[in-house]
Amino acid sequence: MSMIFGVPMAVLSGQLLIGIINGAFYALLSLGLAVIFGLLKIINFAHGAMYMLGAMATVIMFDTLGVNYWVALFLAPLLVGIAGVLVEYFLLRRIAGQDHIYSLLLTFGVALIMQGILTNIYGVSGLRYAMPDMFKGGVNLGFMFMPYYRAWVIVAALVVCFGTWFMIEKTKLGAYLRAGTEDSQLMQGFGINVPLLVSLTYGFGVMLAAFAGVLAAPIYSVTPVMGSHILIVVFAVVVIGGMGSIGGAIITGILMGIVEGLTKTFYPPASSAVIFLVMVIVLMIRPNGLFGKEA
Amino acid sequence: MSQTDIQSDIHKSILQQQKTEDRRKLMLNGVLLVLLLLAPFVMYPVFLMKILCFALFAVAFNLLFGFTGLLSFGHAAFLATGGYTTGYLLSNFSGLTTEMGIIAGTLVSTVLGLGFALLSIRRQGIYFAMVTLALAQLVFFFFVQSSFTGGEDGMHGVPRGELFGLINLEDNLNMYYFVLAVFLGCYLLVQRIVSSPYGQVLKAIKQNEPRAVSLGYKVDRYKVLAFVISAALAGLAGSMKSVVFQLASLNDAHWHMSGEVILMTLVGGMGTLLGPVIGAMFVVNIEYQLAQGPLRDWVDPILGGIFVLTVLAFRSGIVGEVQRFVRKNMG
Repeated sequence: MSMIFGVPMAVLSGQLLIGIINGAFYALLSLGLAVIFGLLKIINFAHGAMYMLGAMATVIMFDTLGVNYWVALFLAPLLVGIAGVLVEYFLLRRIAGQDHIYSLLLTFGVALIMQGILTNIYGVSGLRYAMPDMFKGGVNLGFMFMPYYRAWVIVAALVVCFGTWFMIEKTKLGAYLRAGTEDSQLMQGFGINVPLLVSLTYGFGVMLAAFAGVLAAPIYSVTPVMGSHILIVVFAVVVIGGMGSIGGAIITGILMGIVEGLTKTFYPPASSAVIFLVMVIVLMIRPNGLFGKEA
Repeated sequence: MSQTDIQSDIHKSILQQQKTEDRRKLMLNGVLLVLLLLAPFVMYPVFLMKILCFALFAVAFNLLFGFTGLLSFGHAAFLATGGYTTGYLLSNFSGLTTEMGIIAGTLVSTVLGLGFALLSIRRQGIYFAMVTLALAQLVFFFFVQSSFTGGEDGMHGVPRGELFGLINLEDNLNMYYFVLAVFLGCYLLVQRIVSSPYGQVLKAIKQNEPRAVSLGYKVDRYKVLAFVISAALAGLAGSMKSVVFQLASLNDAHWHMSGEVILMTLVGGMGTLLGPVIGAMFVVNIEYQLAQGPLRDWVDPILGGIFVLTVLAFRSGIVGEVQRFVRKNMG
C-alpha cells in the first residue's frame, strides 16, 4: 500500500472525495447566497433553512405521495422557490429601503420559525431517505472506490453552478439583473419590471439551496436543523471568496471542501474549524476576499 | 422687551424644563432601584439573576450595536469565554476568591475582544457581522474540542465560593445583591460612556462615518475601544452567569446566543440605555413562561416571529415606542 505523508493512499483519496462532495454542497449554497447578496444586497440567513426545506420536502413527498427522486429534484426546488418569492414579497420588500442589517435579522427570524415548526413535527433525530436504485453501487477506480451517487452529486452541482454563473455573467437576462441592481430607477424607466426581477432573483437563489437539499437527502441525515450548522460554514466560504463574487463563491466552495477533507486526514480535531481559520487568514491578507473586487 | 431678554427667557424655560425632566428621571430611577432591591423577596432570586446577567450582556452588546452602529454577530464568544474562564479557575484553584475568578474571566474576554476588533474593525455593515460571526465560530470549535470545557456535557459544579473571602455566595440573597451591584455599576459606566465626549464621537460615527473621518477623528481607534469595552462587559456577564448557575455550557458559545442578544436589544430598543435591559427581561421571561405552558415546544418559532415582527413593525423597540408615545401625548 502506498503511503503519502504517513497516510495510506486509499484513506487520503477517500477523504479527498468526501471533501470534494462537501465542497460541491458549499459551492451550491454559497453560490445562492452570493447571488442574493450580490444582486439584492440581502444577507439571507434563511438560506440554511431553505436547504433544509429542500431535503425535507424530498423525504416527505416520497413518504406521503411516493414522489421519486427525479421528480423531487425539480419539484422540491420549485416549491421552495415559490416559498422564497412569498418571503420576498410579503416580508423582505417591506424593509427594502432600510439598512441591510435588517434583512439579516428578518431572515434569521424566518429561519427560526421554519426550523422550529419542522422540529416540532418531525423531531431532530433525522429522517431516512432511501438511495434511488439506479445509484446503488459504484465503480472501482483502482486507487479508490467511487460510489455512483457521489459522482452524480459532483457532476450535477458543477453543471448547475456553471449554468448559473453563465446566466448571470454572460446572458441578456443576467445583464438586466445586474443593471437592475446598479440603478433600479433607470431600469424601471426602460420598462423593466424591477420588483418582479427582485422577487425572482431571491426565489432563484433559494432554489439553488433547495436543489442542494435534494442532492443531500440520500447521503446526509435529513433533519430540521441540518441547515443551521452548514449555513455558518457557507457564510465563511462566501466571505473567503469575496462577498458578491459569483465565480469566487463556486471556486472557494469546492476549495474549502477539499481543505476540510485534507485537514480531516492529517489533523482531525481541527477539521470543523479550519474553514474559519482560513477565513481569518484571508481577511488579514486580502480584506475583500480572494475574488472580491470592491476596495 | 429686548431681544436678549427674550433669549434669556427662552433659555431659562429650557433650563426649567430640563430640571423637571431631570427630576422626573431621578425619581424614576429611585423607584426602579427600590424595586430591584425588593425584588428577590417577591420573585425567585436565581431567575432575577438570570435576567440581570442577560441584561448586562445586552447592555454591552448595545454599546456597540445601538450606539456605534456595529452589528457584531459573535458576542456569544465573549459570554462563553468569560463563563468558561471563571468556571475553570474557580473549579480548579480553591485558593481563588470569587471576585478574582470573575475579574480573570472578564480580562480574558477583553483580550479576546481586542483580537476580534483588530481583525474585523475595518469591515463595515454586514461584512463586519459576517467576520465577527466566523471568529466566534472559531472560538466555539475551540471550546468543543478542549477537554477543560467538558465538551457537549458542559462544565458543572462551579463553586460560588466567598466574595472577598468573606461573604458566602452560596446564599442566593447575597449572590443576588452582588450581581445587582455589578450590574448597576456597569449600567452607570455605560451611561457615563455614552454621554461623554467619547460617546458623542461614537454616535457621530454611527450617523455618518465619513463625516467623522473628515472631522479628523481616528475612527478605527474609537471603534476598537468600543468593541473592547463591549467584549469586556459581555465577558463579565458570562463570568457572573457561570457563578450564579454554577455551570458553563456550549449553549453560551453557540451562534444562536449571538442572535438572541440581538433580539433582546432590538425588542427592547436599540440605542437607548434602558432598552436592552427591558428587552432581556422580556425575552428571558417569555422563554420561561413558554417553557412552563403548553407551548413549550414552540419557543423557537415564537422567538422567530417576534424577531420578524420587530424588524417589520417596531424597529425602535419597546423603549423607543414608549418614548415616541410619551413625546407625542405628554408634550
